[in-house]
Amino acid sequence: MATEAEVHGAEGGSALSFHPLDQFIVEPLFGDGPVYWYTLTNVTLWMAIAVGCIALLLVTGTSRRAIVPSRSQSIAELAYGFVYKMVEDVTGKDGIKYFPYIFTLFLFIVVSNFLGLIPTAFTTTSGIAVTAVLGFGVFIAVTVIGFVKNGAAFLGLFWVSSAPLVLRPILAIIEVISYFVRPVSHSIRLAGNLMAGHAVIKVFAGFAAIATIAPLSVLAVTAIYGLEVLVAFIQAYVFTILTCVYLKDALHPHH
Amino acid sequence: MANEPIETELAGTCVDASGHAIGMPQLCADWFPNQIFWLLVTLGVIYFILVRIALPRIGAVLAERQGTITNDIAAAEEYKLRAAEAEEAYDKALADARAEANRIADETRASIQEDLDAELARADEEIAERTAESEKAIAEIRAGSKQSVHEVATDVAREIVALMGGNADQARIDAAVKSRMEG
Repeated sequence: MATEAEVHGAEGGSALSFHPLDQFIVEPLFGDGPVYWYTLTNVTLWMAIAVGCIALLLVTGTSRRAIVPSRSQSIAELAYGFVYKMVEDVTGKDGIKYFPYIFTLFLFIVVSNFLGLIPTAFTTTSGIAVTAVLGFGVFIAVTVIGFVKNGAAFLGLFWVSSAPLVLRPILAIIEVISYFVRPVSHSIRLAGNLMAGHAVIKVFAGFAAIATIAPLSVLAVTAIYGLEVLVAFIQAYVFTILTCVYLKDALHPHH
Repeated sequence: MANEPIETELAGTCVDASGHAIGMPQLCADWFPNQIFWLLVTLGVIYFILVRIALPRIGAVLAERQGTITNDIAAAEEYKLRAAEAEEAYDKALADARAEANRIADETRASIQEDLDAELARADEEIAERTAESEKAIAEIRAGSKQSVHEVATDVAREIVALMGGNADQARIDAAVKSRMEG
């Protein structure tokens, strides 16, 4: 950051230079060519690291299959139990068969979020393209499940039968709008939270170039980093539990 | 700067000549396909790892643990039952012993009573015997005394008759005394 600021300062005459969004640039791992869909990029690298971490935790960590678990096996079991209970509590018994999908989402998001907190790491879940695929994937899957399981009765989700008859059409419009806004909010919430946090850390880090502000800047970065650790988990949790809630609506569309 | 346009073209429309982001990199459509493609690959790999290896394994471990706990609880329950049985047996043995002790005490008491009764009976017998002897002795004494009185009376009567000057015939005197004494 400091060298970046110096270079820029030499060029533009200003002591400060902020490029808080540069950390989100997708670049090829090898060479400088254009980014095609198959190009190995920093996205590929950090997603691969996430897969490696998940495999390490869930496969290597549990390889002893101990009745009295080791630490890593405990964490794996904890994660399993956490998501399993969430799925069971929110969607009920018939939602259990979607547990592997939801657990996949949860693991990817939570591991990517935490990996993104490593300095100089690329946060894959901060890209709107990634979270939009996740969000719309959930949306489409849930809608399909809803219609397959309930047929036209799934539309009862939009018809609030407990409301007075005159209000129902109005509520139906609101329900439909809110239903279609779900994937948007679902994906932007995740990407937005992560992007904002990382960008703010970068901005505070930029201030460290000024010696008098540097201690305060370091303090602020530390504080926000702590907050981001919290956000990394909470956003994964929120994404997962909302997925469960949407799934519950699909399985049991009646209010 | 002849190569600057080439540089820009290589970097795409989302990065300026010095390598900094133009606008928000997240919204750069050039990079969407790459991110989406690798995301799908990643999710597929994670799903594969979970379904093929991790979930069955963790599920089995949790089930096994649950089974172990259930078995242990059942075993503990059985031990508890056995302990209760043992306690019951102990109580029973104690009660039996107590009953036996009572029985022995009763028996002893009965045999002592028997001995005592026999002893008493013998004592009674002895007393009765002695009493009979004493009565016999008294009767003898009484009989003896009657005889003496008879003799004395006879003698006295003969003397009186002699004094009176009569010649008393022994047989008549005896008869007279006898009739008097018995009368």
